[in-house]
Amino acid sequence: MSWHLSSVAMLAKALEAKAVSSTELASHFLARIQAGGRWNAFLDVNPALTMEQAASADRIRADGKAGKLTGIPLAHKDVFVTRGWKSTAASKMLLDYQSPFDAAVVERLGMPSEQNPGGAGMVCLGKANMDEFAMGSSNENSAFGPVLNPWNPACVAGGSSGGSAAAVAAGLAPIATGTDTGGSIRQPAALCGLTGIKPSYGRVSRYGMIAYASSLDQAGPIGKTAEDCALLLSAMSHHDPRDSTSLADSGEDYGRYLNAAWDASASAAKPLTGLRVGLPIEFFSEGLADGVAKSVREGASQLQALGATLVEVSLPKTKLSIPVYYVLAPAEASSNLSRFDGVRYGHRTNEYRDLSEMYKKSRTEGFGSEVKRRILIGAYVLSHGYYDAYYLQAQRIRRIIAADFQTAFAQCDLILGPVTPDVAWKFGEKSNDPLQMYLADIYTLSTNLAGLPAMSVPCGFSQDLPIGMQLIGNYFSEARLLQVAHQYQQATDWHLRQPSEVL
Amino acid sequence: MKLDDVQRIAHLSRLELSQAEAELVLPQLQAIFSLVEEMQAVDTSNFTPLAHPILFLRDLAQPLRPDHVTEPNNREQNMQSAPAQQNGYFLVPRVIE
Repeated sequence: MSWHLSSVAMLAKALEAKAVSSTELASHFLARIQAGGRWNAFLDVNPALTMEQAASADRIRADGKAGKLTGIPLAHKDVFVTRGWKSTAASKMLLDYQSPFDAAVVERLGMPSEQNPGGAGMVCLGKANMDEFAMGSSNENSAFGPVLNPWNPACVAGGSSGGSAAAVAAGLAPIATGTDTGGSIRQPAALCGLTGIKPSYGRVSRYGMIAYASSLDQAGPIGKTAEDCALLLSAMSHHDPRDSTSLADSGEDYGRYLNAAWDASASAAKPLTGLRVGLPIEFFSEGLADGVAKSVREGASQLQALGATLVEVSLPKTKLSIPVYYVLAPAEASSNLSRFDGVRYGHRTNEYRDLSEMYKKSRTEGFGSEVKRRILIGAYVLSHGYYDAYYLQAQRIRRIIAADFQTAFAQCDLILGPVTPDVAWKFGEKSNDPLQMYLADIYTLSTNLAGLPAMSVPCGFSQDLPIGMQLIGNYFSEARLLQVAHQYQQATDWHLRQPSEVL
Repeated sequence: MKLDDVQRIAHLSRLELSQAEAELVLPQLQAIFSLVEEMQAVDTSNFTPLAHPILFLRDLAQPLRPDHVTEPNNREQNMQSAPAQQNGYFLVPRVIE
C-alpha cells in the first residue's frame, strides 16, 4: 500500500479499521527513510526503538485504549530533546548528545506510561535535520549538510525546520513537528508544498526545546492538510508548569470548527460567508515575485468564492520587522547559547592552556558561521552604549508592530498574504550574503514579534515549485485559522499535489 | 562598526576570530547594521519595550509552585552526557581559578 501518500486522518481510520497495524506503518516509513537518504532529511534513526514503540501502540489498540493518534508515525525536529535518539540541534556542539529526558512535545505525542498518562501514543521515526540551533531560512546551516527539496533537489527545502518539511513532502513521515521563531515552520512548509501552523506564543510548552530566542520560539506541526495539523496541535498543546511562559488556558480541540460554517448566515455552498479577510498592502508591494503574488491573490479569490469578503488593511511597520527581529532574536540567542561552554556537556576542545582558552576554542570549534554571526550581533546590541539604541528601541517597535495588528484586526477576522517573496531558491544563491537571506523573512517575522498564530497553506506553483499562502489570526484563534484552511482545502487540491519522486 | 569592535564582541562572546575571519564578517555585520539603523527614525517615545508577546495582551504573574521535590532520581540517565565520571560524579575541568 502507498501509506506514505495518505494523510494522518486517513491513516488513523485505517488503523481503527484494522486495515493496517502500527508495526506495518512503522516498517513502511522506516524503509522509505532508508531509501530516501538523498534528501538528508534525517539526522538520527533508531529502527529498533521505533518498532518497539509501534508494537506498544498495537497492544494499546488491542486493549481498546487507542486514541485518535495512537500508532501514527511522526518525525521530530532535532531541536526537541529525546531519549533514545541523539539530540543535536544540527550542531557539532551537540554531536552525539544523548538527552536524559524527553521534551514536553515528545512526551505529549509519545507513548503513554505511568509517568506520562496523557501520551498520544504516536511512534517516533527519528530526528529531522534543521538549520543549526534553528538559525536559518534554507537548512544550509546544518552542521550535517543541507536538506534537499523533494520538488527539485537543486533547491533548498527552506528552514529552519527543513528536514521536517522534506520528510513529509518526500513521504518519509506522514507528519512532523517543527519550531517557528521567525517563520521556521511556515517557510519550509511553503517551499515544500505543505500545511504548517505556528500557534500563539505560549500554546505549546518549550520544555526540552533547545532554545534559540525564547520570547519568539514556538512549536507546531508540519503536515499535508489543515485537518492533520489540527489533530497534532490538539495533542501538542497543553499547560505545562515546567515552562513559565506556557499559558494556563492552553489545550483545546483545534479541529472543532473544521467542518463548521463561519457563522449562522453562511450556506453550504458559501461556508465562509461572514468572514472578513484582510490583505495588507505592504504584503503585496515591491519585492514579491509575480508568480507568488498571482497564486496568493487567487487563493484570496477562492476564499471570496466560498463567501468571504476581502478588505484592504495596512501593517505599516512590516519592513521594520526585519531589523527588529534581527536585533531581538540574536540578543536572546547570544544569552541562550552562552550555556555551551564545553564544561559539563557538548563539544570541548582537545588542548587548552586556561579556562578562557577552553571556552573560546570549544565555542569556536563547536558553532557554525551563522550561529557565530548571530551571537556576535546579539553581544553587540546588548553591550554597553548600544543597549538603549538597539535592544530597547527594537522592543519598543515590537510593541508598535503588535498594536498595528490589532488595528488591522478591527477591520478583519484574519489576514492573508504570501509566506515568502519567492519560491524555493537554488543552493548557494543566498548563503554568502546573510542580509539577502534575512530579507526573505519579511512576511513571517512580525507574527512572532507579536506572538500571533499563523499558518502556511499550499495555493499554487511557479516554476514547478510550490507556493504557500499565509493566514494570520488574532491571539488564540488557531481553531478558526484551521477552519478556513480546511474549507479552502475542501475546494482546492494544491495540498494534494505530491512531487513525482514520491508517487 | 570597525574591526576593533568585531574583536571586542568576539571576546565578549567567547569566540575566537582570526584576522581574516574578522575581515570577512565585518562587512556582513555592517550591512546588517545599516538596516538596523533604520529603526532610529521611528518615534517610540510613547511606547514601552515589549519583552514577551503575551504581555502585550495581559499582565502575567510569574507562576509559582509549592517548593517540594518533583524530580525522581534519574542518575543513570543523567550521567549519560557526562564528559567523564568518577565515583558516580560528573568530572569537569576546574572552572574556578
